[in-house]
Amino acid sequence: MREINANQITDVVERLCIKANEHLPTDVKNAIESCRACEDWDIAKGVLDQIVENYEIADAQNVPICQDTGMACVFLEIGQEVHVSGGDLSEAIHEGVRRGYENGYLRKSVVKDPVRRGNTGDNTPAMIYTEIVPGDQIHITVGPKGFGSENMSMIRMFKPSAGLQGIKDFILEVVETAGPNPCPPMVVGVGIGGTFDKAALLAKKALMRPIDTKNEDPYYADLEVEMLEKVNALGIGPQGFGGKTTAIGLNIETMPTHIAGMPCAVNINCHVTRHASEVI
Amino acid sequence: MEKHIQLPLTEEKAKGLRAGDTVYLTGTIYTSRDAGHKRMCEALERGEELPFNPQDATIYYVGPTPAKPGQVIGSAGPTTSGRMDAYAPTMMSVGARGMIGKGARLPEVIDAMKKYKGVYFGAIGGAGALLAKSIKKAELIAFEDLGAEALRELYVEEMPLVVIIDTEGNNLYEEGRAAYLEQKK
Repeated sequence: MREINANQITDVVERLCIKANEHLPTDVKNAIESCRACEDWDIAKGVLDQIVENYEIADAQNVPICQDTGMACVFLEIGQEVHVSGGDLSEAIHEGVRRGYENGYLRKSVVKDPVRRGNTGDNTPAMIYTEIVPGDQIHITVGPKGFGSENMSMIRMFKPSAGLQGIKDFILEVVETAGPNPCPPMVVGVGIGGTFDKAALLAKKALMRPIDTKNEDPYYADLEVEMLEKVNALGIGPQGFGGKTTAIGLNIETMPTHIAGMPCAVNINCHVTRHASEVI
Repeated sequence: MEKHIQLPLTEEKAKGLRAGDTVYLTGTIYTSRDAGHKRMCEALERGEELPFNPQDATIYYVGPTPAKPGQVIGSAGPTTSGRMDAYAPTMMSVGARGMIGKGARLPEVIDAMKKYKGVYFGAIGGAGALLAKSIKKAELIAFEDLGAEALRELYVEEMPLVVIIDTEGNNLYEEGRAAYLEQKK
């Protein structure tokens, strides 16, 4: 059994909150730049140029890429040979978020009650997702999630008879409904299968997967390519001003489901699709 | 068309803008989001004055990140305007004319824009670091308890924007997309 001190987890989470908010991952930058090269509509080119300039400023000056520094979604893959000592694991994560958002001058955007509101003042609690995996390491990913795009996400419980066409139509419906609101060009995360809650989780995990990777199953890898093309044929364009670049990536994650169902969740993210990881 | 506009946004200046125009704004603007708008509209209902003179004023829908030492303001890109739709017609009825944000507006807001000669500007959503560059002064003037949502007076220079909806109700979200799809045929 390998001992990992809770303090170490706090330090890593603090560092990742700041890094993710200031520095866009390379896969996202590459996707934006290759879309800029292919864009053929003037106003869209101008918007994409400003988006590139924006993340270059954030990189150079270590400032947040976007003012919505999000809810801190923290994904942990915990090796089953690990024993966390010296404190409560969840509290260690919340403390990392608390410090990261304070010391990194990030915006505190969390309210303590969904109906009665009231800012918690420190961006906690984190949204924590844990998974127990083989091994003696902890893999931590922080993905700050902005709500301009989160608000445009949807889930639907399809009858199996809706089939692949039902899924395809739904993805386009969600993107069409989102329109200019989620700061396009967007990244589309699709989760198919499982239960109501697992489909939503798969969609969120799809957003964490680099957009230059493909689903391991060629059937879904092809569907990713096809649906990205169809999304980009909608003409919404960067910021909704029209153009080719409505989305810079579309990832699909799936899992088995019940004989009676076919849940499908579509989680929308903006061009500031942030995530940073470390292994302890 | 590219236009350089000096604030305040008078009716005459507003009428000269057309959906799709690139605009560089210079002058004083005010920041407010959902919670601040709610408070201002409640104050108006009680017959009270607003924390700033709304006549020809421009409101930026933004909740910036905290300023780092030496910075005027943190990252400051637009938030989704639709959440202010419930309040925007009331704000325009007392003289506010310019709105800066991102995303679609309800028909009621567009009707009020036509009636009161309002203009809806888009700033690039997600470009908070870039937009902060055009903000030269920031002063908290009300609702400090709202944190990022507090009401601030900003002085901006050549703030890069696009007219999304003009005083006649022309809408870039509809026209821009339609024009793009038309030329693809």
